[in-house]
Amino acid sequence: MTLLDFARGPGLQWSLVILVVGIIWRLLGALMITARRDLAKPRPHSRLRDGVGVIASRSLPAHVFEKRIRFQHVSGYAWHIGLFVTVLFFGPHIQFFESILGFGWPNLPNGVVVFAGAVTIALLIALFIRRMTNPVQKLISNFDDYFSMIMVILPLVTGILAFAHIGARYETLLALHLLSIEAMFVWFPFGKLMHTAMSFPARFQAGSGFGRRGVKA
Amino acid sequence: MRKDQTLGEYLQARGVSRRGFLKFCSATASLMALPPTSVAQVANALAAARRPSVIWLSFQECTGCTESLTRSHAPTVESLIFDAISLDYHHTLQAASGEGAEAARHAAMEENRGNYLLVVDGSIPTRDNGYYSTIAGISNLDMLHETAEGAAAIIAVGTCASFGGIPAAYPNPTGAKPVSEIITDKPIINVSGCPPIPVVITGTLAQYLTFGTIPELDPLGRPAAFFGQTIHDRCYRRPFYERGQFAHSFDDEGARKGWCLYELGCKGPTTYNACATLKWNEGTSFPIGSGHGCIGCAEPGFWDHGGFYKPISAGLWGSRETLVGAAVAGAALGIGTAMAARARKNKALREAEGDS
Repeated sequence: MTLLDFARGPGLQWSLVILVVGIIWRLLGALMITARRDLAKPRPHSRLRDGVGVIASRSLPAHVFEKRIRFQHVSGYAWHIGLFVTVLFFGPHIQFFESILGFGWPNLPNGVVVFAGAVTIALLIALFIRRMTNPVQKLISNFDDYFSMIMVILPLVTGILAFAHIGARYETLLALHLLSIEAMFVWFPFGKLMHTAMSFPARFQAGSGFGRRGVKA
Repeated sequence: MRKDQTLGEYLQARGVSRRGFLKFCSATASLMALPPTSVAQVANALAAARRPSVIWLSFQECTGCTESLTRSHAPTVESLIFDAISLDYHHTLQAASGEGAEAARHAAMEENRGNYLLVVDGSIPTRDNGYYSTIAGISNLDMLHETAEGAAAIIAVGTCASFGGIPAAYPNPTGAKPVSEIITDKPIINVSGCPPIPVVITGTLAQYLTFGTIPELDPLGRPAAFFGQTIHDRCYRRPFYERGQFAHSFDDEGARKGWCLYELGCKGPTTYNACATLKWNEGTSFPIGSGHGCIGCAEPGFWDHGGFYKPISAGLWGSRETLVGAAVAGAALGIGTAMAARARKNKALREAEGDS
């Protein structure tokens, strides 16, 4: 079995199994924990409206910090959008999803996808360096923060190398690209990448709680 | 051609002009990635070469490799060069049969011991002492050992001889192996392909005739001059890949416009061969030129890399049911974790209420 065969076969299958088991395990485990019953009389509120409201308000920078966190905020959105474009609209990626889901969708021109990927890599590296050098960020960062960023950067870098055929034979680069994705799949449920699944339910839950207590947030 | 006649004398007798011969030498030097200054050396060496004895053994194969070579074009300088070797044993091409054929093989081996070229096409069955394929009552395995012993070098022609090919595909019932896994003490050149490109076979022979050495090989033992780049690297549809323009089916607009066949399973990006440049049928076309993706036939295990029509980026897994099972397992774990957490919390609450 070649490295590419392993990456496309058993490596991919088992990393996906770990990804699916891990996400559902952690998500259900968190969502099914009940809070202690609140005996206070609730304020007039709507669980749905308050929950969605906090999802929206937490997606924008808090007004008082707006100027100070502008770079982080804008670059954060930019690389997330770049990542989605790269992952979801590159032709060969769509083929990959189609092999799992059974359906595909139109791809974007490669020039657009490569540009998005390059911008995403540049921003992630800049943010990584900033996290290491900014005193406040450095203080609140742990292994999980750095490792999770590396797990996202690696597939992007190996993907660009595979697309451009730089550094090694295409089959080796493609195998390394797939293996880096599989490493990310395995890490995903157990590190901060899990925010992808957790952040919106958490904000919804917080918003509902705020509304019940009459907190404007 | 008489055995004592040089190749130059033979070609002259066949009416090949000096100009035509030098043109072939230039093309050969270019194919072998040699500098232009080496053309004269190639020409001198080829013109002075005496035909070497070649024994061609066909084992577990379909004769496609021989068909590829013999039905390639109308006579060309390449085919004359092929004529110019002394093909002393070849099942399909020799006139002799039965005991006479085997006697010819033994005579060639004795007469040219240590100097003859051994060409093998087809893989070698090794399970059950190799009795799945025999010639004149001799297993392919024994015949290979016996004939390889006195050979100067071995050229494994075709993917079966080079890497096992289709006979070695899963579940490989005959225990088929390539030449290189059986003979380990002789120089071996793998000329893979199913079948290989005729000019790659003649080019490899020309290199041997010119320099008396085997050419520079890639990591899989193939002449680097022919197998140094992927089909994808030299494909005329490559610009469409770069732009993300793919045919989604064999009869859609993309297919009609000649766009990239990656999504239809083309294995060009992982296949090293010269099809895109040398092409087939007198340089007329090659599979991608005819609208079908490359199936990767020059690579080891090409039959077992998933379907020919499955894109390289698609996963090769057993079943989607595995993922459904994973989801169920995850749900069970999650519910179990939550129930355990609830139980601990309720117990702590009861204890706290008891204390107060």
